[in-house]
Amino acid sequence: MRHEFRLTVGPVGFRVGSDWRGPIDQLAALYQGYPEPEIPDFSVRLFAQRPWRRFVRPSVMIGGDYMLPEAAPLSLAHGLLAAEMGMNMQMALGQRRFLLLHAAALERDGRALLVTGESGAGKSTLAALLGERGWRLMGDEFALIDLTNGDVHAFPRAVSLKNAAGDLLAKEVAPERLGPVMRDTPKGTIRHLRPNDDAIGRMGETARPALLLFPRFGYAAADVDMGEAEVFVRLTQASTNYVALGEAGFDALARLVRTVPARAIDYPDTQSAVASVERLWVEVAR
Amino acid sequence: MTDANLLARALADPQTTLGLDAGGWAALIAMARAEQLIGSLAHRLDGLAMPDTVARLCADARLSARHARRQALWEAEMARRALAHVDAPVVLLKGAAYVATGLSAGVGRSIGDLDILVPRDVLDAVELALIELGGWEWVKEDAYDDAYYRDHMHELPPLIHKDRDRMLDVHHTILPLTARPTPDAASLIEESEALSDGLRVLSPPDMICHAVAHLFADGDLAGGLRNLWDIDRLLRDFGERDGFWEALGMRAQRHELTKPVARALRLAEAIYGTPVNDDLAGARRPGDALYLSRLTARDGWGREIRKLLRLAFYIRSHALRMPPAMLARHLWTKWRKG
Repeated sequence: MRHEFRLTVGPVGFRVGSDWRGPIDQLAALYQGYPEPEIPDFSVRLFAQRPWRRFVRPSVMIGGDYMLPEAAPLSLAHGLLAAEMGMNMQMALGQRRFLLLHAAALERDGRALLVTGESGAGKSTLAALLGERGWRLMGDEFALIDLTNGDVHAFPRAVSLKNAAGDLLAKEVAPERLGPVMRDTPKGTIRHLRPNDDAIGRMGETARPALLLFPRFGYAAADVDMGEAEVFVRLTQASTNYVALGEAGFDALARLVRTVPARAIDYPDTQSAVASVERLWVEVAR
Repeated sequence: MTDANLLARALADPQTTLGLDAGGWAALIAMARAEQLIGSLAHRLDGLAMPDTVARLCADARLSARHARRQALWEAEMARRALAHVDAPVVLLKGAAYVATGLSAGVGRSIGDLDILVPRDVLDAVELALIELGGWEWVKEDAYDDAYYRDHMHELPPLIHKDRDRMLDVHHTILPLTARPTPDAASLIEESEALSDGLRVLSPPDMICHAVAHLFADGDLAGGLRNLWDIDRLLRDFGERDGFWEALGMRAQRHELTKPVARALRLAEAIYGTPVNDDLAGARRPGDALYLSRLTARDGWGREIRKLLRLAFYIRSHALRMPPAMLARHLWTKWRKG
């Protein structure tokens, strides 16, 4: 393809090809310092639907080794988001070496906190904040569970901050770690945050899962214990490849559920969430 | 320019990958995924020297293929149970048949839908049993599509299982009723061979005839490299058996597929170096080069290339499937319905 950028995130290498220069330059800025894979695990393609659409009302189609038949194109201004979505798509549809959970992962003392929940539960914001407050950010989107020993592999892509979360983090981090503000995307206003040097430098280090949290935003602070069956079912829904992995996926998920304590937490604001996490880490984490 | 000849060479002669650089490997993997041949390739390369990343990706692909195999066999078993009380033979086709019989075409193969063949006169009973007892349902209820399938196609509209989310295609013959050749469906079933669980598979020559029909008529040569790889593997499995090639010639004639079989043999020989019977394959024809070019129309990013040629084959596939007036009517109806 005309333009290309390669990056390694944790144990996974990507190459992103593009018909346009813009998204590639933005990727290169955001992922500065990430190692370059010699042979990528996955290819992502950003391409024009028709040749002339490179120039006339350019719209970015997202493709790659694994594709969704009905992925809608994005405007060129959102090209960086398209690249991110393309990488997510490869992981969600093509990754078979790890059990993938839609979860943020943070590490402390070699142990991992997993934060899962539906879109809007606030896991990215919480992960970004904790990542600036003494935790190592292992990822805000996917937690990679090793199929053989159950450990969590780091996948510290740029954190995707939605709407007000972008402003919140802009007050906490150096401006060069923030990507461009993308307004009116299908997911609202989005701004990417480059993980800090610790998160990038130690992306090869795995961690043993120690606590599972299911946060819910907008309620008075509370936390409840969860039964294994409920945790199991909710995690099958939070996994993109549980079914595709068959028996190996079942074994990995069953081990996770049996060995890691889980809590559902409600929180009215992020400060309260951070406080709950710190308290549960001391009281409940394995 | 890089095209899918790279992939074809790697499949046919895995040693050729020993000379690949990083870019070559990246291209090979992207192509193999796009052509749904990554599992087959991973098995072919097993044991050879390769970069760590590639070894890892191959191990992943082999694991996926093992899971696909298990799922395919399970779907076949589910269909067998649902149809146990319908008094008719049930013949497994394509991927499920290859893995059920342990043929090399099944090794590493990606298997999507379950395809079965039943006699046309029991279709109603089969349909009823699958829906009432088996838990399958129509993918989409659309009166025009439904009528079209029933009047003109070689299979029922696709079914999907309510819980397992897997597709099932019920065939009563192996080519659309509107296609020019008319395979002898009754004889396909008559000559089929029983497996230990009561399900059946086509006889070896009929398996080739079906793979050939599938390669040419059932689509615009999309997935052609994989379909041709099936044919290569099947011919290598069967080619040494006594009387196989004579039987293939006779069965091809019976199903009015002599010319397509000949062309498939020539293409398999050209692309995968398949040992074939020269009398059946016949002399090279000018059109062969176009087929070869179409089959390998994929670049190192896994993208489709040679768009005009692809379009030509697409149009041709529809022209083969139905007469012009009918094609016009069909496209008009589909277009109006959006």
